[in-house]
Amino acid sequence: MNESINLKPGQINGETGIWEMVIGLEIHAQILSKSKLFSGASASFGAEANSNVSLVDAAMPGMLPVINEFCVEQAVKTGLALNAKINNVSIFDRKNYFYADLPQGYQISQFTKPIVGEGEIIIDLDDGLQTTIGIERLHLEQDAGKSLHDQHPSKSYIDLNRTGVALMEIVSKPDIRSPQEAGAYVKKIRSILRYVGACDGNMEEGSLRADCNVSVRKSGEEFGTRCEIKNLNSVRFIIQAIQSEAERQVEILEDGGKINQETRLFDTSTGETRSMRSKEDAHDYRYFPDPDLLPLEFSDSWVQKIRETLPELPDLLKKRLVTDFSITPYDASILVEEKDYVDFYEKAANGKDGKLTANWMITELFGALKKENISLSNSPISPENLGQLIALISDGTISGKIAKDVFAEMMISKKSPSDIVKEKGLEQVSDDTEILKLIDKVISENEDKVKDYLCGKDKLFGFFVGQVMKLSQGKANPGIVNKLLKEKLK
Amino acid sequence: MSNKESIVDIPTVNKIARLSRLNIPEASKQNLTNDLNNILGFVAQLEEVNTSDVKPLASVTGHKLPLRSDKVTDGNIEDLVLKNAPESSSGFFVVPKVIE
Repeated sequence: MNESINLKPGQINGETGIWEMVIGLEIHAQILSKSKLFSGASASFGAEANSNVSLVDAAMPGMLPVINEFCVEQAVKTGLALNAKINNVSIFDRKNYFYADLPQGYQISQFTKPIVGEGEIIIDLDDGLQTTIGIERLHLEQDAGKSLHDQHPSKSYIDLNRTGVALMEIVSKPDIRSPQEAGAYVKKIRSILRYVGACDGNMEEGSLRADCNVSVRKSGEEFGTRCEIKNLNSVRFIIQAIQSEAERQVEILEDGGKINQETRLFDTSTGETRSMRSKEDAHDYRYFPDPDLLPLEFSDSWVQKIRETLPELPDLLKKRLVTDFSITPYDASILVEEKDYVDFYEKAANGKDGKLTANWMITELFGALKKENISLSNSPISPENLGQLIALISDGTISGKIAKDVFAEMMISKKSPSDIVKEKGLEQVSDDTEILKLIDKVISENEDKVKDYLCGKDKLFGFFVGQVMKLSQGKANPGIVNKLLKEKLK
Repeated sequence: MSNKESIVDIPTVNKIARLSRLNIPEASKQNLTNDLNNILGFVAQLEEVNTSDVKPLASVTGHKLPLRSDKVTDGNIEDLVLKNAPESSSGFFVVPKVIE
């Protein structure tokens, strides 16, 4: 075994050599509709138990499902944003299983003919690289109800409010090769869904959750047997769960064992996956076309109408920011993560130095907001005020160093930077005669050091700059100080 | 009767019954097995029809799926929804503990 091997993300150095991970993701995204996929009950979150339930959702005999047009539009819109094939004819199937929170005894889903077929997206990795991940399909399906197991020692409590709420299941191809790529993939899907407006992407409330299929193999070999980790609701957990599951599989295989294809749960307290106590028939869903629902059909012109409502999507927006504002692709990829980042940036950078604005927004503003745990929409610094600060730096009114103090004051007082600069008298001193006065004072107070400098101790130059700046209380223009000092000390 | 081989046997009937949560008396199983084989045999006759030029069909009516607009038109009928529940409490259905 070679201890000094440099492992790439997603590689595991085992006893028998290097293993690589093969990962595919199924993302469940709740559609932002007012009512459910097949009934007129409300799809809102947090209502009284069983108040958002119609007789259709409760699966009373004789009730018939009628599909929600908005949900179909959102699925098509998302499919277009995923560069995917839209299927003008798709079929709803029944996926049969028994569970207390599934009153129908089946979930209406799409099995053989989903509404959206193959597509692909580009994901951005931390090192600035990009890679393409294939989309296998997107289909519409019903969510299940909610079971509470902690209300009673021997009973479960069932709330059907979520039963029948519309979900899109987005299935990736097994193209993902590391936990980091999986994280970037989820972030990108979440971002696209939020741009499109199909889903709020709120992972804490469960409106976006992922199942991860993980297997391991030696490079160039066939795919290994996979395990599915269910219901992960944060990017951090997705990354942890995949890493620990892949390590578990390598250990079993290297001990001469076999992987059982099974469903596993991620235990957030131990950081490990464990087998779900599932029955042997769990995966025998006996799908068949739902006789209550006709095939879903729509025309190319209807799809075209939806295409015209698509907003500017993150990848194109990123390219535009790089061109329009001369910022780096990396900065642009951070700014396009959320639509409101871009909106803020475009307002702030309007007519300003785009690169400087991006630096200040990403490093200073995001840093300060994160520290205070404030979202950008509640930022004490408005885009206009950030832009004004950039303008004050660019035209030399204040130095970058003073700007940081002004920024800190803006975070607290919400005042505009020009007001703060005026009130505190922080204008940068760029006037030659003013600065020369300061230089003369520093030279006369440090005659011995001046001698040393003139005899060749070049390093002392920085000391003189520092002294002049200190004397000016940081307000002297450092560029001019440098220039004038050099002339003076010839 | 079908001239095809029987494809359903008693273990298959047991499996389908388990998946469907049906309790089938031991004495009925052989009859049920025969019935299922007869039905499948009857349907299998369709295989004799040449369908190479026929598209798969999910509905025979030729109607399109009707769509409804996204409006809240239903709900707030907890009492009705819970009316047939053997047990309920503070708006919830109450069932024997089910936990993975």
